[in-house]
Amino acid sequence: MSDEKILPGRVTPWRQTYWDWRAAGNFICGGSGTGLLFFATLAAGNMDAYRTMALVALAFIGCGLFCVWLEIGKPLRSINVYFHPQTSWMTREAIVAGLLFLCGIVTLWFGAGFFAGTTALLGIVFLYCQGRILLASKGIPAWREPKVMPLILATGFVEGAGLAVVLSAFLPGDGPRWLAGALLGALILRRIAWTLYFKAVEKSGLPKKAMAVLRPFGAKFEMVGQLLPEITLVMGIFYDAVLTGLTFVAGLIAAAAGWWLKYTLVVRAAYNQGYALPVLPVRGQGEVKPGIKPGWTK
Amino acid sequence: MARYVMTVDLRRCIGCQTCTAACRHANATPPGVQWRKVLDIESGEFPDVRRSFVPVGCMHCGDPPCMHVCPSTATHQRADGLVGIDYDLCIGCGYCAVACPYQARYIVHKREFSYGERPTEQEEAQFDPNRIAVATKCTFCSDRVDQAKEMGLTPGIDPEVTPACVNGCIASVLAFGDREDPNSNVSRLLAENQFFRMHEELGTDPGMYYIFDSK
Repeated sequence: MSDEKILPGRVTPWRQTYWDWRAAGNFICGGSGTGLLFFATLAAGNMDAYRTMALVALAFIGCGLFCVWLEIGKPLRSINVYFHPQTSWMTREAIVAGLLFLCGIVTLWFGAGFFAGTTALLGIVFLYCQGRILLASKGIPAWREPKVMPLILATGFVEGAGLAVVLSAFLPGDGPRWLAGALLGALILRRIAWTLYFKAVEKSGLPKKAMAVLRPFGAKFEMVGQLLPEITLVMGIFYDAVLTGLTFVAGLIAAAAGWWLKYTLVVRAAYNQGYALPVLPVRGQGEVKPGIKPGWTK
Repeated sequence: MARYVMTVDLRRCIGCQTCTAACRHANATPPGVQWRKVLDIESGEFPDVRRSFVPVGCMHCGDPPCMHVCPSTATHQRADGLVGIDYDLCIGCGYCAVACPYQARYIVHKREFSYGERPTEQEEAQFDPNRIAVATKCTFCSDRVDQAKEMGLTPGIDPEVTPACVNGCIASVLAFGDREDPNSNVSRLLAENQFFRMHEELGTDPGMYYIFDSK
């Protein structure tokens, strides 16, 4: 299909404005919070350290949900979000969020190990729901690519591990060395997930403007958001004397890069489908001509 | 059971936007909100250029992604295939708007007028506060379709129970009817002509059929 000489106008994909920074805030805070909850459960040396990390994690998730509440048109009806668990991943996310907070509060209050594990598990389910929310958005080509799922999961774990490293620097216990390895592993997974995602959208095609956002972003993200914390972590692992300082910096960069990635994906690359004609109709004496898909890379 | 669909004869459309005006008049949509609109697409290179006029809007999909993602069940599909929104349930989250690959949904957060700061007489008469801060879209004029049984009329044939855009079309581009009835106007048109459906590859089973040539 050719898209030569298309007159300007809303035929080519344009950036949706229904979900803005507030929606991105939910993905950013939700992913970081659930990732942190997971690593808090694994890495906290004692209950006090766990409590601090879990409290920060729940605050992150709560902040994300508050962002969504700010975005919806009828906030006083927000209870209606629970009405469609049969197919809506937003409903499922809301249900999981309720259970997660319930379990989290029980854990913080009573310090029960079983509930800590359950809370972490619910956090992963919450993160999974977030990925599925994007995947189900058929109107946004950059989101509906199936490889967005591993990307959302991987970056959630990176952000969580990054924040756990940062917090553990202020907490008692032997977290950093342990977490440095976990963060490095999560970073490698995110690198793979990003590469697979980008290759997939390149292959399947995207709105040109979405690709014009993702391509330069990807180059910077791979250098600053991936390579820099990876190198910093490796240096920290080999030079024990500066381990805490370097992992702290790497954790901060890795988490911030995840937020940058999600803001880019949810806000800046959120171009819609636009319109396309598989064939051009016969008009007057003319013939049927090959179709057009204006504003697309393929 | 009926499945109401619309056919669009692209060979006939002249881009006059009468359907757009008819829709706005019937449904009192605010400025910038066009449940029915006609795209004006020029393609090709001189001297081989084409101009296509393509009416678009909600496709009333058989497998509507907007309905599946809706967390409040506000978006629903009726037995006759029409996809509707319950404004009393909708929370205005916009998820349906990003799930729709046809850009057919709108959310307006405050009341706006077409001319200046005051509503026209018609805007005042037709204002519906329930439509503020919730998702809205083309209904295929379901309120008219609903009267068909009671009035003993046929949607797509009798103007009283036919969508406003179809009634308004000056070139018989648009037709409306029951795809499940082999004798309906739309079934006959589709049997006699070649057609496509937009973004069909996304698996939405859209209910607008674009006729581009005869068989």
